[in-house]
Amino acid sequence: MSLTMKDLETGATNTWCPGCGNFAILMTVKQALIQLGLRPEEVVAVSGIGCHGKITDYLKVNTLHVIHGRVLPAATAIRVANHDLTVLGFAGDGDAFNIGMGHFPHAARRNVDMAYIVHDNLIYGLTTGQTSPTSRQGFVTKTSPRGSPEPGVNPLTQALTGSATFVARAFAGEPKHMTEVLKQAIRHKGFALVDVLQPCVSFNRVNTYEFYKQRVYKLEDEGHDAGDFNAAYQRAEEWGDRIPLGVFYVEDRPTFEESFPALAKGPLVKQHLKSDVSGLLREFS
Amino acid sequence: MDDTVSVVVGGEAGQGISRSGMLLGKALMRCGFHCYGAIDYPSLIRGGHNFYQLRASARPVYSQTPHVDLLVALNRESVLLHLDELNRGGGVIHDERDRLDEGLGKERDLTFHTVPMTEIVKELGGPDIMRNTVGLGAAAALIGLDVGVLKEVVAETFEGREKIIRMNNEAVQRGYAHVVGRGLDFRCCLEPGERPDRLWLTGNEAVALGAVAAGCKFFSAYPMTPASPVLHYLAGHDKANDMAVIQTESEIAAAMMAVGASYAGARSMTATSGGGFCLMTESMSLAAMTEAPLVVMLGQRPGPSTGLATYSAQGDLLFAVYGAHGEFQRVVVAPGDPEECFHLTVEAFNLAERFQIPVIVVGDKNVLEGNQTIPSLDLSRVMVDRGKLVESWSGPDEYKRFLDTDDGVSPRAFPGTGGLLVRGNSNEHDERGYSTSQAEPVDRMVDKRFRKAEHIREVVEKLEPIRVYGDKRPEVILVGWGSTKGPALEALRLLRDEGVRARFVQVVFVEPFPDGLDKYLKGDCILFENNRSAQLGTLIKLNTGYSFKHVGLRYDGRPFNPGEIRDRVKEVLR
Repeated sequence: MSLTMKDLETGATNTWCPGCGNFAILMTVKQALIQLGLRPEEVVAVSGIGCHGKITDYLKVNTLHVIHGRVLPAATAIRVANHDLTVLGFAGDGDAFNIGMGHFPHAARRNVDMAYIVHDNLIYGLTTGQTSPTSRQGFVTKTSPRGSPEPGVNPLTQALTGSATFVARAFAGEPKHMTEVLKQAIRHKGFALVDVLQPCVSFNRVNTYEFYKQRVYKLEDEGHDAGDFNAAYQRAEEWGDRIPLGVFYVEDRPTFEESFPALAKGPLVKQHLKSDVSGLLREFS
Repeated sequence: MDDTVSVVVGGEAGQGISRSGMLLGKALMRCGFHCYGAIDYPSLIRGGHNFYQLRASARPVYSQTPHVDLLVALNRESVLLHLDELNRGGGVIHDERDRLDEGLGKERDLTFHTVPMTEIVKELGGPDIMRNTVGLGAAAALIGLDVGVLKEVVAETFEGREKIIRMNNEAVQRGYAHVVGRGLDFRCCLEPGERPDRLWLTGNEAVALGAVAAGCKFFSAYPMTPASPVLHYLAGHDKANDMAVIQTESEIAAAMMAVGASYAGARSMTATSGGGFCLMTESMSLAAMTEAPLVVMLGQRPGPSTGLATYSAQGDLLFAVYGAHGEFQRVVVAPGDPEECFHLTVEAFNLAERFQIPVIVVGDKNVLEGNQTIPSLDLSRVMVDRGKLVESWSGPDEYKRFLDTDDGVSPRAFPGTGGLLVRGNSNEHDERGYSTSQAEPVDRMVDKRFRKAEHIREVVEKLEPIRVYGDKRPEVILVGWGSTKGPALEALRLLRDEGVRARFVQVVFVEPFPDGLDKYLKGDCILFENNRSAQLGTLIKLNTGYSFKHVGLRYDGRPFNPGEIRDRVKEVLR
């Protein structure tokens, strides 16, 4: 019996602002899970702090809502402890690329088998409008009244140089396309970043739905080769009149989980707790 | 008259000082002796003065002393630095290449044994570091250690590397032969006995073994002295123990991974020192809120900040008890020797899972990096208690991860279990794990978590949270925790020899603070701690109302010497 959208609803009151890009992410994640035939009990969603973090209240799967910036180490460990689970990490741009940036290249280079979905609205929403690491240079907010002097972090080039094996971008205004990208990311064996351009209707007056609609195009429409790292990097640097969406880069590499001999016998959590250390004591006798 | 032999091996970092001391200790243990060994080293890799002090005796020994019977000096500086510590009639083994002044130590009747260590190593074609093995051979001859046993221990250390074993054994033999049979009457000869059923290990190794015994499946840590050896040991044995061991990018990641693995259902642990523990506190608070069991080993060293990176302190006790934001239940336990490190680590996992709380095992450089001979571990004492688990769910009601129960402990399920979903939430939440800011469910959840307190206490009280040693009708009480146990036990012996009836009270669990300590605090009581502010004293005052009039505090990074404890006691009694 296949799932319906309703099966993935929790019934919790949604407190995102009307029109928020997060709704599209929630909807497309549900669609991706349904289309991939995943059961809620075999999926774990991990979220951080910020507006995006509420997604774990709205998505009816196993969930772990953590502290600010720490989605990746928690998600990594969940995968290592039980690699039968499908792990989705959700983070905001502040969560992922400010406070949590220290984990990002490590999860990427380890190639933890998970999808990392970043709700990237280029602003701090839940704290009512401050500069985010992905805010563009010159962006005016409460904390950058003269315009931010800092060039924005580019999540895609960061992921590419960080050795992520799947790098993609989606746009909340293109839900069908996003569903396809998410499905590929979830299916991908290894660390998959999906940076989702997600307009904040309350605090970001610049990067609006309209702003993106005028600029986005799809890589697949232009014959982009996702196996070509240099081409991917060039496309990833593109941000201006044209903003690319889709899968920039895919690579096949062994996952982090595969590196643990202990996991060869099945998920750690299903293994018997070994407690006889008598053999180990010989070394000390 | 001291009934122990104290050997110091001194030299530069990189000269194999630590390994020499450990080998010597193990060989002595096999010959029937009790040993204690400690390494003193600055935070660097090459150069700088390192020394390992080993004490051996026919009776149990628990700490180092400032007295040396035999010095194995791998450089000239070691002779000069340790000369004053040598007992009358003591000996010095040094390399021929290190020229010493004529008449050195004559007034104390010291004997200098000049061994051509460099020459011997050259002849054998070995690396310079092998001089330490020559020195060990010479030391064996002087203290009456069976050279065959020493060779056996050396061979085991280099197992599988035949050429190295051959060279080292030859080095032992040459050092031994150079000194033995020269008619030297060294007064510290030990009388060997049967190989006993003992172990020679550090607190760190005992903690690691305890984790394995407890069924820890996931260990994540960031290197930091003095806790790194736990990571080293577990990483080296991950396959054999079916354990995932991860060196993380930071202590934040280490703690968060341990929380994540715990949420997923694996027994998990991390280990660090004070600076790393600072970074872990937010994750510990998350563990408390999501009721994810978490075991953290905190290996203290002097702070604040980087402090004395390779020395010891007990300055983080209150931090362990109170660190992290928000109010929550936790257990803090402080083992005082390797045997306690093992068993209390096992108990830490049981407490963490039974009550779904953070448990902090507090050690310090002295107890974690010091080697001690202990009776072989009683593995029949190891019990694994995972607490209330839900293994399947058929409804009809929805599984509630944070079900409000009589004892505050909600049956725990792991993601992937059929028929249920597991919701962990950093936000305050309702019984199902959904975020809430309503007053009623918030009150209810806080109360639920706090309701565990009395049940935690009940279990802790059964684990001998207060341990008492020495005279049953004491005229003076020594109080301490953690690594001060060793020197305190030695001090009891020194005091007894001087006719002083003394008792040592060790506080093993500091949170929840055990009941009944006040009944031991009668008459003259002296608190000994390796910190400046008598932190256990603060907890005792808070929990019992008792204020110590007398304290003995040491905060220079070095362990207490038994003699200084004895002197402080006598000063109080005077």
